[in-house]
Amino acid sequence: MLENSTQYTIKDLKSPNEIRWCPGCGDHAIINAVQKAMVTLAIPIEKYAVVSGIGCSSRFPYYMNTYGFHTIHGRAAAVASGLKSANPELSVWEITGDGDALAIGGNHFIHMVRRNIDINVILFNNKIYGLTKGQYSPTCDRGKVTKTSPFGTVEDPFTPGKLVLGSRGTFFARAIDSNVKKSHDVFVEAAKHKGTSVVEVLQNCVIYNHNIHTEITDPKHKEDRQLHLEDNKPMLFGKEKNKGIILNKKGKLEVAVIGENGITIDDILVHDACDADGFLHQQLIDMKLPEFPVAFGVIRKVKDLVYDECMEAQIKEVQEDAKIKCVEDLLFSGNTWEVK
Amino acid sequence: MSTEAKIIELDEVAIRFSGDSGDGMQLTGTLFSDASALLGNDISTFPDFPSEIRAPQGTVGGVSGFQVHFGANQINTPGDLAHVLVAMNPAAIKANAKFIRLQGTIIYDSDSFTEKNLLKAQFKTTDPFEELNLHDYRKIAVPISNLTKESLKEFGLDNKSVLRSKNMFALGLVCWMFNRPLDYIESFIKKKFAKKPTVVEANLKVLHDGFNYGMNMQHMTPRYVVNPAPIEKGTYRTVHGNQATAWGILAAAEKAKKPLFIGSYPITPATDILQELAVRKDLGVKSFQAEDEIAGICTTIGASFAGHFAVTSTSGPGLALKSEAMGLAVIAELPIVVINVQRGGPSTGLPTKTEQSDLLQSLYGRNGESPMVVLAASSPSDSFYYAYMASKIAMERMTPVILLTDGFLGNGSQPMKLPRMADLPEITPAQALDAETYLPYKRDAETLAREWAYPGMKGFEHRIGGLEKGLDGNVSHDPANHQKMCDIRAEKVARVADMIPELEIYGNQEGGEILLVGWGGTHGHLLSSARELRSEGIDVSLAHFNYIQPLPKNTEQIFSKYKKIIVCELNNGQFALYLRDQFPQFSYAQMNKLQGLPFTNDEIKSRVQKEMEGSLSC
Ligand SMILES: Cc1ncc(C[n+]2csc(CCOP(=O)(O)OP(=O)(O)O)c2C)c(N)n1
Ligand code: SF4
Repeated sequence: MLENSTQYTIKDLKSPNEIRWCPGCGDHAIINAVQKAMVTLAIPIEKYAVVSGIGCSSRFPYYMNTYGFHTIHGRAAAVASGLKSANPELSVWEITGDGDALAIGGNHFIHMVRRNIDINVILFNNKIYGLTKGQYSPTCDRGKVTKTSPFGTVEDPFTPGKLVLGSRGTFFARAIDSNVKKSHDVFVEAAKHKGTSVVEVLQNCVIYNHNIHTEITDPKHKEDRQLHLEDNKPMLFGKEKNKGIILNKKGKLEVAVIGENGITIDDILVHDACDADGFLHQQLIDMKLPEFPVAFGVIRKVKDLVYDECMEAQIKEVQEDAKIKCVEDLLFSGNTWEVK
Repeated sequence: MSTEAKIIELDEVAIRFSGDSGDGMQLTGTLFSDASALLGNDISTFPDFPSEIRAPQGTVGGVSGFQVHFGANQINTPGDLAHVLVAMNPAAIKANAKFIRLQGTIIYDSDSFTEKNLLKAQFKTTDPFEELNLHDYRKIAVPISNLTKESLKEFGLDNKSVLRSKNMFALGLVCWMFNRPLDYIESFIKKKFAKKPTVVEANLKVLHDGFNYGMNMQHMTPRYVVNPAPIEKGTYRTVHGNQATAWGILAAAEKAKKPLFIGSYPITPATDILQELAVRKDLGVKSFQAEDEIAGICTTIGASFAGHFAVTSTSGPGLALKSEAMGLAVIAELPIVVINVQRGGPSTGLPTKTEQSDLLQSLYGRNGESPMVVLAASSPSDSFYYAYMASKIAMERMTPVILLTDGFLGNGSQPMKLPRMADLPEITPAQALDAETYLPYKRDAETLAREWAYPGMKGFEHRIGGLEKGLDGNVSHDPANHQKMCDIRAEKVARVADMIPELEIYGNQEGGEILLVGWGGTHGHLLSSARELRSEGIDVSLAHFNYIQPLPKNTEQIFSKYKKIIVCELNNGQFALYLRDQFPQFSYAQMNKLQGLPFTNDEIKSRVQKEMEGSLSC
């Protein structure tokens, strides 16, 4: 047992269980980043509770030396919601996959986000069902060939961030498995945010969907294909940091190059993650290759009422001038009569 | 003609108030039954709701009824047939003709017997009584609507508001007939409409005019005297079954010194439990109306993992949705209570009607070897006690528990002798205390319960989940371990038999001819039938079960003492099937009913009589 539970290193967060993810799986880097973020946050270890559903990624709690609960497929959001509502003092993390959160668990996912319960959701998006060995998921692009779609899918995917926005989400960020430094930063911000924080991590499944994100993550092109958003900073990208995002006359986003067509740095949009109006956030979430770079970092972070806090506040308020203070008061209230 | 009303002394009376859903019959019935309870009568009630909330006005489908049975002796059922029917429209006569005792009294609003209303109730002629063959009944026509209008003409209210008070006229009249003072009803009205003085005045005026009408027209109506029942001393109040269940849960949480959480999704007839607990913010209850039943139980499991005492409430279809998560609670060995208020099935079935057909689902409706403790309450008021016991078992034995009630119990009401918290059994949750020796699946040698440690407790960090585990909580694929864990989980449930009372027999303790066997909500009917049969000299006894899994330890011994066992239940033989599996050495006759209705005493008695004849002839 640790003497002082706020002073620990990443080693103290590792459980003795042998990690069973495939060598090269993106999950290894993600757990690393989560553990680093937890050390940075310095919350007492016993206050961390990691809840997962079912999937490769959902094995996560077993590898953590914190409290952990590996639940059932799709239901981690609901279990975590009950846990956090019961004890708002805890730092609750939900680990989930694209199938777990958006297919079988879609209903719980949107309602957790809508309620704005203070849970940190790490959504491992490998665009495939890993644990069941390679079937298509709700984040697969139309036409994706998998074992259950041998002729290609005939349906379009969810964009997780848009689902979050549509569910009145207050926090959405995007990260890449291999970029541990940036993932760490985003996880720390997610944990500090009050309300449901959803971080979509582009994760590589080396076995069933290898290189699905490579177009975006390829080190050779990453400067041109990734836009790393920073709050209150202009949305610049490219090797020379001379490309940026502007709002065109039609009110839509467009890539522009500083110095071309009279564009100056002042024309480039400045990121405002705290803007309650989600219009620009949605456009940023929607940016796709090849017209646009893909947006990373904290895209949206707005203040709003938090479910678990409101629940406690309401109880306090009712209790202040309540006549009934214990069960016996309740039993003997109302229309009672004596039999002598 | 004498102007004195005829006075009839009765041991017990059943009255059925009925009218259109909008006529306020549930309130009328409740007020009458509360007033009777206050007078010291023993009571049992049964509301009969229409299944469609907005069934067209005036139709048979839209009739709402409320039966009150009260008496000078022990009352265990709402009564098979009513002595008095109060009918606010023709449809109410049609819907209830079969529930009136021969030569009973029918009081009806003659103003509502218009051509239009007769047509809505699908009568072909203008004489509904003739059409339904209701000859041998005392029919009392009272122009309730017009008398109500007359009564309120000074108030300047619109027609709709006036007619809304006509139930008070009927209530006043019935109170006169049964000699109930109006003071309790008056104070209720004053409290309920405290913010609307005109409404208070109007309702009181109509209530009194109804009462006085009875007095003035005494020659028309008989007057009944029903003496108070000899009831155990104490403080009483009327409770609904669902309310009693919710309160039993609250009492258990307080006794165990655990905060209470309920995660649930509305479904008839269980919704009241969620509502009763949601309003108890004063007692610190955290209530979570989830997006569906799966989330209902999963939030409950999450709260239990957080160290709260957590429950979820539902009815049949919702229980089906919760199956997978119940399995998680079984393998994670977390204490939760799943309350299932049974209704007619399968599928949506008969949502507002009662049935006992979720027994097998409760016992076996999960994947894998997934044993759970199953309890059943047997009256509206003892729902309190069984909810309490379900909670005690869950928290002391670290196991999910299913508590079965049903629509008949949940909606029915009854006086309950109020317990003192100090008199309720202690609840000692299986709390983890020592971090040095803590292991998630280390067990108490006697109870096999693991220890409850939860996030926030320093030094007890651990992982649990749906995968098979070893002692340390780590995933184990060891074949021998899986066998062992399955056996332990079953044994843990079996050992709950150590903490439950032995089965008690009503009737012949030595054994005898016939043993009626029942469980849950049929208790009142089985008991009063057995009592009547015994008074007729028939050797019949009753074994009624509240603990279904595990069964009381003396079950086998009791069964062995009787020549014939008849298992009576509101399904097609689910408990009988279970008993055949548990004790195959006995043979079980069955009495089953699937009509969305409770048994009637007549049905039970004639079944037993048939059995007696059968055994005589062979
Ligand atoms: C009720 C239920 N249905 C189906 C499954 C099978 N199953 C397990 S994980 C999974 C999909 C996992 O995909 P994803 O959530 O994307 O996670 P990954 O394995 O890719 O990390 C499925 C279909 C299950 N365990 N439970
Ligand atoms: S199958 Fe894919 S997602 Fe699962 S552990 Fe292996 S690489 Fe990772």
